[in-house]
Amino acid sequence: MLELAPLVDCSNVVIEIGGIAARVAAADPAFLQMLENRYAGFISSRTDVDFDFHVDLGEPGMADPDADVSVANCMGCWSVERGDFRAEWEPETSRGRIRQSPNPYAIDAVLRILHSMLLAKRGGFLLHAASAIRNGKAFLFAGVSGAGKTTMAGLAPADASLLTDEISYVRKHAHGYSACGTPFTGELEQLGENISAPIAALYLLAKGSANRIDPVPAAEAARALLSNILFFAKDQEMIGALLHSACEFVGRIPVSRLTFVPDSRVWGLIG
Amino acid sequence: MGVDRMSDKLYVARSSQIAARRLDDEMMIMSAVDSTLFTLNETATFIWEAADGSTSLEDIVTHKICSRFEVVESEALQDAEEMVRQLAGHGILLLSDEPLAAANPSRQVTP
Repeated sequence: MLELAPLVDCSNVVIEIGGIAARVAAADPAFLQMLENRYAGFISSRTDVDFDFHVDLGEPGMADPDADVSVANCMGCWSVERGDFRAEWEPETSRGRIRQSPNPYAIDAVLRILHSMLLAKRGGFLLHAASAIRNGKAFLFAGVSGAGKTTMAGLAPADASLLTDEISYVRKHAHGYSACGTPFTGELEQLGENISAPIAALYLLAKGSANRIDPVPAAEAARALLSNILFFAKDQEMIGALLHSACEFVGRIPVSRLTFVPDSRVWGLIG
Repeated sequence: MGVDRMSDKLYVARSSQIAARRLDDEMMIMSAVDSTLFTLNETATFIWEAADGSTSLEDIVTHKICSRFEVVESEALQDAEEMVRQLAGHGILLLSDEPLAAANPSRQVTP
């Protein structure tokens, strides 16, 4: 069992993304204020939270401050480490603690990993994709760095609501999927709007000399989707859930390749 | 593992450290060890699905491949051996020169 410091004498903020609320408690008011500023629009007043974190500020004591993230599961407790933080949480009790330096990037990484795991159990996922709502429907634009996610987000017309330019939040429902806004930003450094809508299409981005949309066969779509899903845990149950989710998604949501010239005319094909 | 000679009978079994799902005519396999994604074509999928640890690769090729496709059996067996050794190298298939009766079933995700 994790030994968690009592939450008394600590203030907290609740960060709610995609309907999942995580309460973050810390003794340093300046740190909490920083979180409130960074996650503005995603701060919630919910008291029935899905997860509780206690943050201890200080150097995490990692040997390599530039180390990549590593995720491990020991006796049901998840342990996540990077150069600037060390986090542990128990899914069973929905509680965890983070030891981190007082920077905003550490807790941002913890939240991304936490949400990716929670979504995996619910048939959803985080996707390397920009996303926006237009005419009541959500559209996702997936691709690796440089594929055009930020470009598509930056070119979005006034009648489109940007959910993210970097990490799309996909939730599964009984009759389909919805995309939710996230505070996980890319090069635009602009928080998404905290709204959601049913997903109408996923586009795989490719820059070209003309704007066109071509359907993508299911197997190819699943491969592309899997290559863009954020996934951290080398865990068989998670792997099985991830593969299942990707195949289910491409069976329900049209997946196409969007070849585009990087100017605003491409949005004439969307929505 | 003692399975280097191609003339030996070879038994193949799916690793338990994977998740697999058929989509259209392809089998998609993810390794739980390193999250690598593999896609098998139709022929390889027949071999994968028949890799129960107790049926020799030779029998699989004879009954699952040669009965469906117009191929020379010796060439099909050679191709199959090459394929299963590649997959074994990635840890998603187990090879043995004896039946792998106790091979764990893989996590097959059904549609």
